[in-house]
Amino acid sequence: MKILHGTTILALRFEKGVVIAGDRRATEGHQIADRTMKKIFKTDEHSAVGISGAAGPCVEMVKLFKTEIEHYEKLEGASLTLEGKANKLGEMVKSNLPLAFQGLIVIPIFAGFDLKKSEGRIFKYDITGGHYEEAEFYSTGSGGKDAKNSIKKMFKKNLPEDEAIRIAISALYDASEEDSATGGPDVIRGIYPNISVIRKEGLIEVSDEKIKSVAQSLIEHTRES
Amino acid sequence: MALPYYVSPEQIMQDKAEYAKKGIAKGRSIIVLEFNAGVLFLADNPSSSLNKVSEIYDNIAFAGAGKYSEFENLRKAGIRHADLKGFMYSREDVTAKSLANAYSQSLGTIFSQEIKPLEVEILVVAVSEEGRPNEMYRIDFDGSISDEKGFTAIGGKADELKGFLKERFTPGQPLKAMFKLSKEALETINNQKLTVQGLEVAVLDQTRAGRKFRRLSLDEITPYSTG
Repeated sequence: MKILHGTTILALRFEKGVVIAGDRRATEGHQIADRTMKKIFKTDEHSAVGISGAAGPCVEMVKLFKTEIEHYEKLEGASLTLEGKANKLGEMVKSNLPLAFQGLIVIPIFAGFDLKKSEGRIFKYDITGGHYEEAEFYSTGSGGKDAKNSIKKMFKKNLPEDEAIRIAISALYDASEEDSATGGPDVIRGIYPNISVIRKEGLIEVSDEKIKSVAQSLIEHTRES
Repeated sequence: MALPYYVSPEQIMQDKAEYAKKGIAKGRSIIVLEFNAGVLFLADNPSSSLNKVSEIYDNIAFAGAGKYSEFENLRKAGIRHADLKGFMYSREDVTAKSLANAYSQSLGTIFSQEIKPLEVEILVVAVSEEGRPNEMYRIDFDGSISDEKGFTAIGGKADELKGFLKERFTPGQPLKAMFKLSKEALETINNQKLTVQGLEVAVLDQTRAGRKFRRLSLDEITPYSTG
């Protein structure tokens, strides 16, 4: 049985909020099934979810999660708190547990700006729906361990935004060099990771141009050393 | 022994309609106007949390006049209908027309089958992409549905307001001009000055990506009403 799998995702906090990023590769067994897969999804103005695991259930879960958050917001005339959204996602991961036992695992990272606490926050999940808040950064998926080690070496508290974006890109680059299921920057086709920055003012997807220039400098660095 | 009695269907319907109209006439009015980049909603509503106008879906909004609890239920049902459809099929498959038809069906059924009709008048409005006309559907308490162009009003003084707007409305105006016109209409027909605090103002903004509904804050509308 071959199923599409999405891999490395990460999130880290910076001075004004939180950065969430993911590579673009999806695999089917040992084959590359998709080079342009999207793993980071905006859920509302102040939050995003990154997914790793079996692509089908992952994408469906995100779609339902987004709908539920929007539905709540429209019915009540106010959005859920970040905590509320994180709990809702946990419930959905939990409901996927029977499928997870059959290999259809969904592991998300939820990141957002908490308007009440006025800070960026990161939540990680396990397959039982358990969710745990991460203090500064987190990464998961097949290349998650490599990416996490990479972030750990460079991370400082209260990073400026550009620095946080650079760390995210270089962590994904490092993961792609060690993990076969994680895609690196594809300069030939012009495919670069997806990165979103969430601040008090809202969520912004970082432009391909910007990511490209950082990725180019990392490639340069590798070539020189 | 209970007396056998007979009331003609005509009489029953007439009584129900009269009852519903009376209820609606007690409520305050809402004006909906097209401007050059979307649709403006202006409601005479001093409450800041009990809304008469709200978002249904990406480019669709809802306005209700009459009994709050009744149109609030309709609003929620509309959101459920839209979100479910958008989730099952695609976001583009959620249309104002199908929503208006669903409202028309349920209001019609309630009017003919229940003892008490709903005392509401509602509007389903969709702002369109570049070039195509916007859609405005007005659904009455008995489920009758009509599609309106350019401007419309619902609630207590709807007919007077529409008469006033008919004389003065020109299409393609900017938001500020349309805000002033609709505020003037409410003031003239109700014969009293309105403060910006007593208004509920929202727009369906064509220029926004994704969800087009937006409420205008007090800070935003204050300069519109003075300058």
